[in-house]
Amino acid sequence: MKFGVVVFPGSNCDYDCYHVLANVLQVNTVFLWHEEKDLRSCDCVILPGGFSYGDYLRTGAIARFSPIMQAIRDFIAQGGLVMGICNGFQILVESGLLPGALLPNITGRFICKYTYLRVENVHTPFTHLFTPGEVVKIPIAHHQGNFFMHSPDLLTLRKQEQVVFRYCGPHGERDPRFNPNGSLDDIAGIASANFRVLGMMPHPERCAEDILGSHDGRKIFFSLIQWLEERKSG
Amino acid sequence: MKCRGKIIVTLRPGVFDPQGVTIKSALHTLGYGETLEVKTGKFFEVILETESLEKAKERLQEMCDQLLANPVIEQYLLEVEEQSR
Repeated sequence: MKFGVVVFPGSNCDYDCYHVLANVLQVNTVFLWHEEKDLRSCDCVILPGGFSYGDYLRTGAIARFSPIMQAIRDFIAQGGLVMGICNGFQILVESGLLPGALLPNITGRFICKYTYLRVENVHTPFTHLFTPGEVVKIPIAHHQGNFFMHSPDLLTLRKQEQVVFRYCGPHGERDPRFNPNGSLDDIAGIASANFRVLGMMPHPERCAEDILGSHDGRKIFFSLIQWLEERKSG
Repeated sequence: MKCRGKIIVTLRPGVFDPQGVTIKSALHTLGYGETLEVKTGKFFEVILETESLEKAKERLQEMCDQLLANPVIEQYLLEVEEQSR
């Protein structure tokens, strides 16, 4: 089993992702430079957070044209597992690999804090170890995480159960005061229609060890690892 | 032929513009209470060498659709003129 962490110019959560996978969960992990044209037979690819290309034009808009994105497109077409965190999520929506868009936060500010999330769909490779409605504590750190899409698309997204994480209160309650950035329908993370591509604004790699205040993020990576293991042995 | 494209990208109606809202409240603070709404956007000037004005327009439109505007949230206005020497 091999994980790949893509490094764009301006990525800054790449080492955090690498650390969680390689050191905390001890799985084979490699960095993939954005100019590479193949994914070196990785089983799962992570697009990490950061400010790829300085967030010029729109967040994720330039990274989308990096050579590695064609390989990722092909990988996704073959059912490959891809996870975009924060800027990685922004790159996936700009590429059209996930629906919607990420607008500036409704507060007009960069927000860096812990948030509570409700796991809305536990039938994905990223969340199958969670119980339905489980509440996890994972931090956000972004200026443009305000998820947006037009209402017919939202209906489809809901119907296909593509909403994976929603912002909520400590007991899973939904209320505007627990939505930090104005995201439509309190959406914090979504999956593709086949559930093999996940995009989320919160940073699970920043809370995968107790010393960091929460280890809830580890469960997402652990879900992935177990899912891959089961598939290999099955 | 040298052409100049001028492109204005704005948010599509119904897409919230937090910068616009913040600028509006700053204008109110400065005493411009008559301000009802402020919308922000982006301006691009692209100089290109093509065989005709029509060709330039076609190429600029492709640039807008592919990169300069995100069709999910943005719309654009495009003007092309011959670059005067």
